[in-house]
Amino acid sequence: MADSICRALRDGALEGEHAPALTIKDSTASPFGFDVYSYVLSQLCSNILAGKSQSRGLVLVAFSRSPSFYIDLLKRRGLDFASSPKWIHILDCYTDPLGWKDGLVECASATSPSHGASNIATAYKNVKDVNKLLSMIVELGQGLVGQGKFRFCAAIDSVSEMLRHSSLSSVSGLVSNLRSHDRVSSIFWLLHSDLHQDRVIAAFEYISSMVASVEPFNQYANGQRGNINTPSLPEQNSAKGKFSVRFKRRNGRVRVVCEELHAEQSGINFTSLSPEDGVMNQGLIPKVQFSLQLTEKERIDRANVVLPFEHQGNGKLIQIYDGRRSLADANDEETPVPAKKSETNESSKGEIIYFRDSEDEMPDSDEDPDDDLDI
Amino acid sequence: MEHGGGAPSTLLDQAIGTLAGRLLLVQDSVETSAAFLLHHLLKRSLSPHSSYAAVVFLSFAHPFSHYDRILRKLGCNLAAQRDNNRLFFFDMLIWECPDEEGEKTSGGSLISLFGKIRKVISALPQERKNSVTIMIDDVSLMEVAARGSTNLVLDFLHYCHTLTSELGCSLVAFTHEDIYSSTEAPAFILQMEYLAGILVKAEPLSTGLAKDVHGQLTVLNRGRYDGHGSKYKISNFHFKVKENSVEYFYPGSRT
Repeated sequence: MADSICRALRDGALEGEHAPALTIKDSTASPFGFDVYSYVLSQLCSNILAGKSQSRGLVLVAFSRSPSFYIDLLKRRGLDFASSPKWIHILDCYTDPLGWKDGLVECASATSPSHGASNIATAYKNVKDVNKLLSMIVELGQGLVGQGKFRFCAAIDSVSEMLRHSSLSSVSGLVSNLRSHDRVSSIFWLLHSDLHQDRVIAAFEYISSMVASVEPFNQYANGQRGNINTPSLPEQNSAKGKFSVRFKRRNGRVRVVCEELHAEQSGINFTSLSPEDGVMNQGLIPKVQFSLQLTEKERIDRANVVLPFEHQGNGKLIQIYDGRRSLADANDEETPVPAKKSETNESSKGEIIYFRDSEDEMPDSDEDPDDDLDI
Repeated sequence: MEHGGGAPSTLLDQAIGTLAGRLLLVQDSVETSAAFLLHHLLKRSLSPHSSYAAVVFLSFAHPFSHYDRILRKLGCNLAAQRDNNRLFFFDMLIWECPDEEGEKTSGGSLISLFGKIRKVISALPQERKNSVTIMIDDVSLMEVAARGSTNLVLDFLHYCHTLTSELGCSLVAFTHEDIYSSTEAPAFILQMEYLAGILVKAEPLSTGLAKDVHGQLTVLNRGRYDGHGSKYKISNFHFKVKENSVEYFYPGSRT
């Protein structure tokens, strides 16, 4: 499913439609949202570099990690920054989001952006001004792809951080403006779901065409925080989580798919859920130790069984047991049935055969069976 | 691993690993104080092994003499370290954000505090800059001093966090978990948890009080993104605070 997300972001927007938008959300119980984010980011970047995607550039709005972190990340994935048409620009809202460092003139020279980040990173020092941020993103994107028909992608690494500085309406306004901008090919962002009210999460899910959420496997029903409080084992490397993606089609169809997510040293892996979890997803049949469903063979066999009295009308004498037949009659009946079966050789047909043991078969107990009749 | 005084590595040091460039958040509760962790980390950062190291200590909770007395028992002379320019102690007990002129000026004093920290660090020679530890005791009292503005405190922590990524300093923040437990959305403490690379929680035993066990520690180590060590690791062990040291052990490993 992670692949289909990346494909959708790569293929970009259709003419006259909004750009595909992806929300990645996580919570403290399973904090792998950033790993998913960096996975999607590096996939998209390599697609852009290979020229496979609709977009020719990417504007990365960095709120929670420094530009040098991203440069290291992408370099480790083998992506090339030196290639001549510049394809990435980082809008740095991390280093000095509120302009505090500007005010401190006495140590202005103390920091110099390392890794030569200065030519692909632009500092933004007033994150409270969302309108300016929007125009800056668009400006940087157009600077990357030029004035032609090419489009660019936008990535915001923490909408939660933006929401701390400005209101929901202005942040969602920025995202939705970007999404409907005719030069934007696709957009994705990261959101920490437990920091916000449900309505905030819902507002961003409405704007997005895909929602990828990372959840722990055994979620507490009441959303209680602190799964890590009492781990069952003294030490564990529980870098696992449930990764579910909701795709929203243009016609309104919604598809939900689940995968298992492993965060490893080298990066992040997605595997399909193990079979027993898959069954749980397919139907709502509770998991019991009995087999509640028939196999194909069992179904065929069952269809072939001739029920008692079903042979009526095929030329034989109709015999209905009235409980008063003698033992001799019963013995008569005992032989023909198996004989007939062997001569017609209908071994594939099932049959229920009942031989009554004797006339004086006693009822289960000696009490009156009609005892409780209320006449 | 750089840990204190050549002592054998404890479970705690193993679980925490290296601190450089990371934010460590310590959470405790009323029943189980984790102040000993702060003392341990202070001593570890000032240990003679790492002679370059320096500590910037922001104290909102106790005066200098308090820490000096405790650390002396642990074999570390804070007053001497302060004179050697290895400990920079900021006594914030009487500090308070001015309130009248609205948010702009109330933030002003935190900005100037951040400026002071940066000034201290930038005055250090280059090779010492990346072995600075900034310690805050504690964040909840800092919130009180900031007149309840959690956003301002988070901004301050964010700026301290930028120092960790720019210069490779480490940041140790101390806070109390149960203060925030009853609020509807404990957003403040969660924000700090998202910011933290290592989270240490001190809790009472779930089974109640015990003579030989004073509480349990849960260390959540998010690992570094550059692929050293394990990616995401949770360790859980018990501890007993003794007169001059702390003992760490796995549950059930002691009689």
